[in-house]
Amino acid sequence: MPGDDELIVQVAGKAYAAARGGRHEVLRDLAFTGRRGEILAVLGPSGTGKTTLLRIILGLDRAFEGRVTLPRGHLGVMFQEPRLLPWLSVADNLRLTAGTAAAEIPGLLAQLGLAGTETQYPRGLSLGMARRVALVRALLGRPAMLVLDEPFASLDPKAGGDMARLLVRAARRDAALVVLATHDLDQALGVADRLLMLGDRPARLVADWPNRPAAARTDSSATHDMRQNLLTRFPFLRADVAPEVAP
Amino acid sequence: MTPSPATTRVLSLAGFLGLWWAGALLADKPALLPGPAAVLGFAWRATLSGAMPRNIAFTGLRVAAAFTISMLIGAAVGYLAGRSPHADMLIDPWLVILLNLPVLVVVVLCYIWVGLNDVAAVVAVALVKIPTVAVTVREGARALDPGFDELAAVYRVPLGPSVRRIIVPQLAPYLAAAGRSGLSITWKIVLIVELLGRPNGVGFALDELFQTFNVAGILAYGLSFAALMLLVEGALLRPWEERANAWRR
Repeated sequence: MPGDDELIVQVAGKAYAAARGGRHEVLRDLAFTGRRGEILAVLGPSGTGKTTLLRIILGLDRAFEGRVTLPRGHLGVMFQEPRLLPWLSVADNLRLTAGTAAAEIPGLLAQLGLAGTETQYPRGLSLGMARRVALVRALLGRPAMLVLDEPFASLDPKAGGDMARLLVRAARRDAALVVLATHDLDQALGVADRLLMLGDRPARLVADWPNRPAAARTDSSATHDMRQNLLTRFPFLRADVAPEVAP
Repeated sequence: MTPSPATTRVLSLAGFLGLWWAGALLADKPALLPGPAAVLGFAWRATLSGAMPRNIAFTGLRVAAAFTISMLIGAAVGYLAGRSPHADMLIDPWLVILLNLPVLVVVVLCYIWVGLNDVAAVVAVALVKIPTVAVTVREGARALDPGFDELAAVYRVPLGPSVRRIIVPQLAPYLAAAGRSGLSITWKIVLIVELLGRPNGVGFALDELFQTFNVAGILAYGLSFAALMLLVEGALLRPWEERANAWRR
């Protein structure tokens, strides 16, 4: 059946109420599809509407013109902030959303260097650790689709690399569709199969760029060439590009 | 060296008893201001006769029933009003009316409409207390983090765990505040209700003691029941509050 394994996003328009009356349009004429097993990076400068787009995909924002169809199966979500319940331990936070997948918790925590944190409250974790716990929550139960908002923010290069590898491995193993928003071109080049460039105001899809993730390449110079090429073609990315980070 | 909290409390209580004892000694009018020993003596005799435990038990049951009903209904109403602006528009005028209705009016009307029985007594106390619980919990419901609602929605957390693990912990400080003030107000209203229309309970006993001008008896009943309520707060409400706030430490 069409749509069973597919994400279809068609946003004709999305606007917020403006402070002095009227409407402030954020997104316009934005359409793309994604299939299970693909990793899509939504790329664009800060404030361009990436989080709004993810909220629309998740069904958290229904006040838009258009429609969204999700692949069948459950969702794994990582919000921009870790969003851990501060009164629950790490393990209880994970069990709350794990359903029947609670047995996966110790293994995933260990893979992200979080073994031994099960009984800790979130306030005892660093921001980077809390974000990794949020990724564990997203990966539990082998979701059909992962929606991740700035998943590598606040992470040191090693933790970011571990997270990227785990993400790519999980996506390939479970044929999960991953949609991640980032303002960091290097992170996107490291993991994504396609780069969806948001630009202009209101934001629209200015390019749907195929990519071979750096994790799958042996030639690191190819990543460098691709990066230069993209920066030349989409100068709006330049201001937000971070220093080179090994994926 | 700073004394421990327990020592400070004991010293404070000893100070109160000392002041009372000295005041009674100076006044030298045992009928108007009996000393601690006279009050303790009355309490001992009333306990041995069984009158005081029986009256305290009746009052305690009424307090427990009214407190439970007002917390359950008040919390549900407050939650609904805090979460839904439409529900709030419907509920708010009712709360304003109930909050401004004198306690005596509610009690007398309940006795007239329901009859001079325990149901009327408990309903009257609950009606007085429900709006204050609702208003407190409404503030808590308004302050709930929408981010956690989104988390529950995208992960499809079932209603039971969602209430238990996401909503109630956020409401805990408001429930605790409503509970603590609720308990102290509830038992005072129960005494008025008993004084007006029950044949037993601390309120009834106080009425009888007032008729005979027995100040020692009035103080014995009043202080005994206040001590019991403090014990309930210390043994039940405070530990629950501390457990609910353990993650903050």
